[in-house]
Amino acid sequence: MDTLRSQTSRTVLALGLLSGAFILFTGAVGMIAAFHEREVVDRFISLGQLLLLIAPFVTGYFVASRLHEYGEAPAQILVAGLAAGMLTALPSVVLLLFNSDEFRFLLFLVLRLAPFVAASAIAWGRHQAGADTQTVIGIWLLIAVLVGIVTFSFALIFEIKGDLRSVLVNIDRDWVEVITFDNRKDLPVGIATFGLVSIAAGFAGCMLHLMPNVPRRALIYGLGITALVGAFGETARLILQENVDRDTLREIFRRDTLRQHAALALFVISTAAGFFWAMYGSQVRQSFDNIDTSNRRRLNMIGLVIFVAFMLLLPWLIGRTLSDVAVTIGIFVLMGLGLNIAIGLAGLLDLGYLTNYAVGAYILAVLTSIGPLGLFKGTFTFWMVIPLALLAAMFAGFIFAVPVLRMRGDYLAIATLGFGEIIGKLAISDWLKPLIGGAQGVQAIPKPIFFGAELKNPEQLYYIVLVASLVCLFVSIRLNNSRTGRQWMAIREDEDVATAMGIDTARAKLLAFTLSAATGGVAGAIFAAKVGTVFPNSFTVFVSINVLSLIIVGGIASNPGIVVGAIVLIGMPELLREFAEFRFLLYGALLILMMIKRPQGLIPSKIVTHEHQSGVKAKLAAAE
Amino acid sequence: MAEKTKSGPSRILEAKGMTKRFEGLVAVDSLDFYIPEGAIASIIGPNGAGKTTFFNCITGFYEIDEGEILFNGSRLHGRSPDQIARAGISRTYQNIRLFNNMSAIENIMVGQEPHLKSTWIGAILGLPSTREEDDHTEDRARELLHFVGLEGKGDMLAKNLSYGDQRRLEIGRALASQPKLILLDEPTAGMNPRETIETTDFIRRLRDEIGITIVLIEHDMRVVMDISEHITVLDYGRKIAEGLPADIQTNSDVIEAYLGRGAAAATVEN
Repeated sequence: MDTLRSQTSRTVLALGLLSGAFILFTGAVGMIAAFHEREVVDRFISLGQLLLLIAPFVTGYFVASRLHEYGEAPAQILVAGLAAGMLTALPSVVLLLFNSDEFRFLLFLVLRLAPFVAASAIAWGRHQAGADTQTVIGIWLLIAVLVGIVTFSFALIFEIKGDLRSVLVNIDRDWVEVITFDNRKDLPVGIATFGLVSIAAGFAGCMLHLMPNVPRRALIYGLGITALVGAFGETARLILQENVDRDTLREIFRRDTLRQHAALALFVISTAAGFFWAMYGSQVRQSFDNIDTSNRRRLNMIGLVIFVAFMLLLPWLIGRTLSDVAVTIGIFVLMGLGLNIAIGLAGLLDLGYLTNYAVGAYILAVLTSIGPLGLFKGTFTFWMVIPLALLAAMFAGFIFAVPVLRMRGDYLAIATLGFGEIIGKLAISDWLKPLIGGAQGVQAIPKPIFFGAELKNPEQLYYIVLVASLVCLFVSIRLNNSRTGRQWMAIREDEDVATAMGIDTARAKLLAFTLSAATGGVAGAIFAAKVGTVFPNSFTVFVSINVLSLIIVGGIASNPGIVVGAIVLIGMPELLREFAEFRFLLYGALLILMMIKRPQGLIPSKIVTHEHQSGVKAKLAAAE
Repeated sequence: MAEKTKSGPSRILEAKGMTKRFEGLVAVDSLDFYIPEGAIASIIGPNGAGKTTFFNCITGFYEIDEGEILFNGSRLHGRSPDQIARAGISRTYQNIRLFNNMSAIENIMVGQEPHLKSTWIGAILGLPSTREEDDHTEDRARELLHFVGLEGKGDMLAKNLSYGDQRRLEIGRALASQPKLILLDEPTAGMNPRETIETTDFIRRLRDEIGITIVLIEHDMRVVMDISEHITVLDYGRKIAEGLPADIQTNSDVIEAYLGRGAAAATVEN
C-alpha cells in the first residue's frame, strides 16, 4: 500500500509539473498571448485559453489512466485529477506572483535575509552538536559570506532590472491578461480563477477517463472536432463561404469565429455522430471485412472514384485563399515524394534537396522571364521549360551525387547539407548576379498558359501540382515494385551485401539521386511560376529541413504519410497564422514527440505490412 | 558433376602468392592454393587465421596487396564485388546478413540480380518484357524457396524468420545468382546437432544436384571431415597444410596449430 501511495503521488507530481512546465514555457515564448488573438468560440474562449485548458485536461486524463493501471479507487483518481490540475497551474502562478510588486518586495527581502538566516541556522546546529565557539563563529561567517555573495548579486540584478520583462520579454501584460482570465487588475481573483479553471480541467480530464467507453469516445470526438473547427475557424469559414449563402454563413460565424450557438450545435452533432460511431463503428468495420473480394474490389473502385472526384473538385470546394495554400502544400508533397525516392526507397539521407528545387526555379525564371533578366523574353513558355527544368535538376542531382557516392549515412547527410549551402550562397552571390540577379532575384515570370488561357489563379495552378504529384507518385510506386526498387531496398538494408549480390550500387544510387532531383526541379519550377519572382531568400536550408521533416512526421517511405505530413507541417502554419511564428518550435516538438512515441510516422509505410500479409504478387497487382 | 577439362584436374579457383596486409598486420601471407572444380573444399584454422579475410579477398571486398586470384583461369583481383558476383561467385556470411526488412522472397529476387536485364524505364512504362521478367524472377524465387525448404514462408520478413530458416534463406539467396562457386562462412554455426546434420546433407545435395563447387569455412571438425574432399589449413595467414581429410587429421603442423607444440609431439609419439 505504501509503495502504491508513493508511486501514485510520484505520477501525479511528475505529470502535473510537466504540464505546468508546458504552460509556463508556452507562456514564456509568447505562444499563449499570441494564440489569445484568435477566438475559438465567439466571446467564449480563445485559442490561448483553450491551450490553458487542454494541458490540465489531458494531464488529468493521463493521470487517471495511469492510476487506473495501478488499481486506485475512482475517488482517489478524482482527487489526483484535482491535484494534477493544481500542479499544472502552479509554476505559472509562481511566475505571476513574481511579476507583482508585492511579491517582488517579499522576494527581495528574503534574498537579503537568506544568508543570515541560513548561517545562523547552521551555526546553531553546530553549537548544539557541541562545537567550540570559535568554530561556530567561523562557520557563521563563512556561510553568511558565501550565500550572501550569491543572494546579494541576485538581489542586485533584480534591483537593476526591475522586473522579469527584460529577461522574459513575453511575460508581459498580455500574458497576465490571458492567464488570469482578464483579471489583470485584480491579481488574487485572477490567480484564483486560473487555479480553479486548471483544477476543474484536470478534474474533467479524470472524469472523462472514468466514464464508460462509449460516451467517453463520443465526448472525445465531440470536443476534438469542435475545438479543431473553432481553432481553424477561418479555414472553415472559407470552405463554407464557397458552399452556403451569405446569411447562413453569418448565422454560423462572426467574422472568422464560430458563434456560440453554432459551436454548441457542432458539439452536439459531432458528439452524437461520435456516439453512433463508438456504438456501431466496430460492426461497420466488421461488415466491411466480411465483404467478399469481388465486391470489395468494386467498393475500392468506388472509393477511388470518389477520391479522384474530390481531388479534382477541391479548388471549387475550398475557394481561392485555401487553393493557394493547397498549391503550397502540393509543391511540398511533390518534393516530399521526390526526396522519398532517395531517403525512403534507397535510404540515402539527402539534406541538400534544396539544390534541385533552386535549380528548377532559377531555370524556369531565367528562361521564361519577360523582365530584364529573362534570356529569351517570352520565347519559351512554361510547358517548354518544365522538361528543361527537370533535365537541369537531374543533371545537378547527378553532378552532386557523383562525389558522394562512396559516402554513407551521416557523412552523406553532411556532405549534401554542404552542397545545399553552396547553392544557397551561389544564388545570392555577386558572381552570378548578372545572370540570376543576386539578392533581387528574377522578376516578371509569366504564368503558364494552357490552350490560350492564362493559369493565373491558384485554383488553376493546383491542377499542375496535382498532375505532377500524381506522375511522381505513379513513378515511385512503379519503381518501388520493380527490380530497381528491390535494388534500392537492398542498398538501404545492407550496402555491402547488395554489392556482393551483383548490384552495381553506384549506378543504383545515382539513379535514386537523379530521379529524386528531377522531382525537386519540377517542384521548383512550379513554385517559380506560382510566385512570379524567384529570389535567394526562398532557397535556404529550411526548404530541405521542411521536406525532410514532413517525410519523417508522415512516415518514411509512406506516400499517404507524405501528404499528411505536408498538411500538418506546411498547411497548418499557413492556415493558422498564429502558428507561423512558432513554426520551428512546432517542428522541433513534433519531431521529438514522433521519435519517442511513433517513430514509424503518422501513417507508417504500408509496404512492410502489406508484404507481410499478401506477398509480392499482390503488390504487383496493386501497382497495375 | 561438371566435366573435366583437358589439362589435368580443372581448378575453378586458384590463388598465387595472395597477400593482404592491414597496416603491418599480415592477414593473408603469400598464399598459394587451389580449389578443384566440383569439389566440396574446406578452409580451417584457429581463430584469427585469416579465413574470413580470405573470403573477403576472393569476393573483392578487400583489394589484395600482392599476388593474383584466378577464377576459371581469368583474373579476379582488381574487379569490384558486383563484377565478381556476376562472374559466378556468391557467398554467405558468418553472422547472417540478410536484407532484414525485405520479405524472404524478395531477398532471393535480389539474389538473382546478375541475370536480370530490365531497366527502370521499363518498370515505369510497365513494358511487357519487364513484367515478364518480374514474373519469371518471382517464379524462380519460389522454386528456390522450395529447394531450401522455406516453402510458404516467402512473404515473411527476413528478420522474422527463425535462425535456421535465416541460414537457409541466406544460402538460397546465394544460390539465386546460379553461381559456379559458392563460399559458405560457417554455415552450421549456432546449430544443434540435428540441424547440423541436415545442413551438411543439404550442402552435399547442392554439389550433387546442382553441381556447384563449394568452399566452406567451418569450425565443426565433424562436419569438415565428413563432407570435405579437399582441406586447406590456415594459421596466421599462411597455409600450413592442404590435402585430403585423412592427411590433415594426421598432419603434425595442423595439430600443433590447433593444440600447441606439446600436444603435437604427444600425438606424433602415439
